[in-house]
Amino acid sequence: MTAIEAPTVPGGAPASAPRVTRARTGIIAVAVLVVLAAAPFMLAPFATTTLTRVLVFALFAVSLDLLVGVTGLPSLGHAAYLGAGAYAAGWVSINVTAEAPVPLLVGAGFGALAAALTGWVTVRSHGVFFLMLTLAIGETLQQLADTWETVTGGANGLTGIPAVRLAGTPLANAGFTYWYVLAVGVIGFALVVMVARSPFGAALRGIRDNEPRMRALGYSTARYKYAVIVMAGAVAGLAGALLVAQQRLVTPADMGFATASFALLAVIIGGAGSLWGACLGAALVIIIRDALGPSLDGHGTLVLGIVFVLVVYLLPRGAAGLRIYRRRR
Amino acid sequence: MSVLKCVGLSRSFGALAAVSEVDLAVGAGARHALIGPNGAGKSTLFKLVTGTMKAHAGSVELAGRDVTGLSEAKRCRLGMSQTLQHASLFASMTAAETVALAAQRHGGGRISLVPRKQPAVAERAAELLADVGLDGREHVAVASLSHGERKQLEVALALACRPTVLLLDEPAAGMSPAERARLVELLAGLPAEITVLFVEHDLDLVFALADSVTVLHLGKVLLSGTPAEVRASDAVREAYLGAGRREELFLA
Repeated sequence: MTAIEAPTVPGGAPASAPRVTRARTGIIAVAVLVVLAAAPFMLAPFATTTLTRVLVFALFAVSLDLLVGVTGLPSLGHAAYLGAGAYAAGWVSINVTAEAPVPLLVGAGFGALAAALTGWVTVRSHGVFFLMLTLAIGETLQQLADTWETVTGGANGLTGIPAVRLAGTPLANAGFTYWYVLAVGVIGFALVVMVARSPFGAALRGIRDNEPRMRALGYSTARYKYAVIVMAGAVAGLAGALLVAQQRLVTPADMGFATASFALLAVIIGGAGSLWGACLGAALVIIIRDALGPSLDGHGTLVLGIVFVLVVYLLPRGAAGLRIYRRRR
Repeated sequence: MSVLKCVGLSRSFGALAAVSEVDLAVGAGARHALIGPNGAGKSTLFKLVTGTMKAHAGSVELAGRDVTGLSEAKRCRLGMSQTLQHASLFASMTAAETVALAAQRHGGGRISLVPRKQPAVAERAAELLADVGLDGREHVAVASLSHGERKQLEVALALACRPTVLLLDEPAAGMSPAERARLVELLAGLPAEITVLFVEHDLDLVFALADSVTVLHLGKVLLSGTPAEVRASDAVREAYLGAGRREELFLA
């Protein structure tokens, strides 16, 4: 439940976003997209691969933010749905076809299915209880991946996944894979933003702020929570399919506690509920862990911990709270 | 015909019978007050009626339909809406967004997954905010509203659910005299087809608004009747004050 914040202006500031800031947001979004699309021309292949990983993790973090920031459901088991999508997309690529968009649809479908099968356990809980239940679900599904060797390859992971094919042509180099991940990631991000800004999204924010009051207003909140858990599972599964496209391998570690908690870290660093803040947080987490970590003698996680403490103390609204202009969430 | 009917409604907390075999019938269009000393069971009874709390025994009927087993949300969709004693709102929203949230649920359409303008919902929200005296405050964050304004917003929120029965839990608690006068005016001006059941400590307000009164004492109904009958009752006086002068209770 969000605490009531002190008013910024006596009598209360008008809270709706003026047209000017909306236009500015649009311009910034287009500029960021252009820079992202041009990145492979300017970066070395290793850096391009890291950036691809950032995009995959950003989509995953955004799907988690739909739960944590928008609906107020802190999940520690969300990586299970990323894993379900990744294994399903990998399996279908090996055994059926790697032709896009089949692995994507299968990944999203299995992410949603895994969320639908497990999410009903959690919908009547909230807060710490939700956190613990999701943790248990995440661990269970990871164990399943670890032991179901005939399908998942067990602890060795699912290997030999072919490159994604677009109209029959495999995406063989890092640059093409990057653009593929970018395109799908942008679509996934847009879908989440769309849901968050819809009347349904307004109901989700109502549940975050005050679930008992929402019930008193005639909303069957458990159904809304179940629906958003399944949607977030689908987007996480989509991110799983992109993970497979990038690393061509899935292991149980990809869907473990570390992945889930890093994503939660990204959401909190970015500022829960802002969606694009989660992308920033994801970038920070991946860059520190994968790009800086090796040169810090493997102490990337330590740096992340310090960043997390600093953000919690200095920026209670996360990186999204740094914005120069104020927009309501 | 009673639009809201409770039969043998009971709820206990451990050994304490907070509400015990309460029968209550509220006629269509009534302004029915629920009064009683602290600890009489008013708030518990209120929660049993709305479905916030489950009854251990007894039944609740809304317009002839047994709603005892139905959730709070379902009861609301069937026409029972409520305001809470402590204004309980949405910290991140403005007044207009808050009312729109209720209005979109009761506007007849489905809740869309795609962003869209909902002119009918926005219009209804603006109308309700004006009705309760919050025009000009639509775009103020709920966190910046005064206590009295939040209570007014509670009423707009309840009305946005298109109620046939409106339940108000201490609507005037913590209000200034001016806000209270405006509230009385607002409640007195509600359409006659809306039935009102309200819990209230302020007896001046009770006698200004109510056409029937139920007095609760120690979880049981002490008396149900017209305001005049309640005023005249020695049993009611004793419940409130022990033995004492009637004037001390009703400072008319």
